[in-house]
Amino acid sequence: MSEQFNLEIVSPEKSFLKKDDVTEVVVPAFEGEMGILKDHISIISFLKPGIIKVLSGNEEEKFYVDDGIVEFKDNTLSILTSNIFDIKNSDKTKIQEMIKQAESDLSEQNLDDQKKFIISQKVEVLKSLSLN
Amino acid sequence: MASLDDLKKRISSVKSTQKITKAMKMVAASKLRRAQESAEKGRPYSDKMNNIILNLSNSITDKENSPKLLVGSGDDKVHLCIVMTSDRGLCGGFNTNIIKKAKLYFQKILDEGKILKIVTVGSKGYDQLKRIYKENIIEKISFKESKNVNYFDADKVGKIIISKFEKKEFDVCTIFYNQFKNVITQIPQEQQIIPLKTTESEANSSEDNYEFEPEEDEILNNLLPKNISTQIFKAMLENSASEQGSRMSAMDNATRNAGEMVDKLTIQYNRSRQAAITKELIEIISGAESL
Repeated sequence: MSEQFNLEIVSPEKSFLKKDDVTEVVVPAFEGEMGILKDHISIISFLKPGIIKVLSGNEEEKFYVDDGIVEFKDNTLSILTSNIFDIKNSDKTKIQEMIKQAESDLSEQNLDDQKKFIISQKVEVLKSLSLN
Repeated sequence: MASLDDLKKRISSVKSTQKITKAMKMVAASKLRRAQESAEKGRPYSDKMNNIILNLSNSITDKENSPKLLVGSGDDKVHLCIVMTSDRGLCGGFNTNIIKKAKLYFQKILDEGKILKIVTVGSKGYDQLKRIYKENIIEKISFKESKNVNYFDADKVGKIIISKFEKKEFDVCTIFYNQFKNVITQIPQEQQIIPLKTTESEANSSEDNYEFEPEEDEILNNLLPKNISTQIFKAMLENSASEQGSRMSAMDNATRNAGEMVDKLTIQYNRSRQAAITKELIEIISGAESL
């Protein structure tokens, strides 16, 4: 029996990625990383800034996301996100810019704890990206 | 009757107008294709979003404690209307149709003695509404600088709306935009986004049991603001496709009218030219005869 399921990543502008031979997807869910395999129970969750890992066959792809919602249902994983890019061909200056933006967001006074957590998470992930 | 010179001038001026309208039509046509494409590409996102929210709101049992964005503030006094129009003119009845629809709604609200607040997106809407509803307009937003519709802009509008809602500045929020059907038909729409309206038939179709992580209301709290931005983005996409479609058909009409006018003027020009020649001939002949 095949262990593959469908993956669809959509951003508001377009359908970002569509695959039907994924074996595992790891998403940065709000309450911790979550690996999804075939026949996972139907689930809805949302994402914090982090890295989506998509495994299909021997390939492994990585994407950075700002935020998003994941829905898994009938062996189809849908990820809705407003900001996503491929880590392989991302450009360093853009990441630096995003870090700067996030850091200035962080220095704002009236942030609640959740927002603070999300933004600091973002800075962390982006920094780790810019290093390698 | 106009002199030959005047007619010549008029013909050439109409011709150059025709050139402009023709060029505008071409530009609108190519922009329309792009706008239509992005409207189609944006659809899966908003559809999915809608679906998830439907599923979520169905599984919420405790209606009273569910997020305010979903159920509303429980009041119905202050209405906020987002009127989305274009930033440029010369697009036929595009803006007028939205405004007409919006004005009907405004009238209804004012007649019921409720408070009306307006946010205009796009400068043309503001221009048309400021005469009558000046004191109702609380904000005007325009994206003249950004070439294409992008999510970032929509998110800005969404954030403005949400912050106003959180400050309890309004109870009900409705957006007005043109839905793109085809090049000649655009349907002005009013859509209520706060509180979210779900139609019964849709709501019944999904009976799946989901697992939620974290809890439903927390997801909803996170999702609903995004949904508002998404709805606005969708409206902006539809609007931009409609605008280009409307401009294209308007310019097509204008080009055709200009062509007709040139034909008419040319006939008139030729007639009067001929009349002048005939008159001269008669003068010469009768002059020769009298000798």
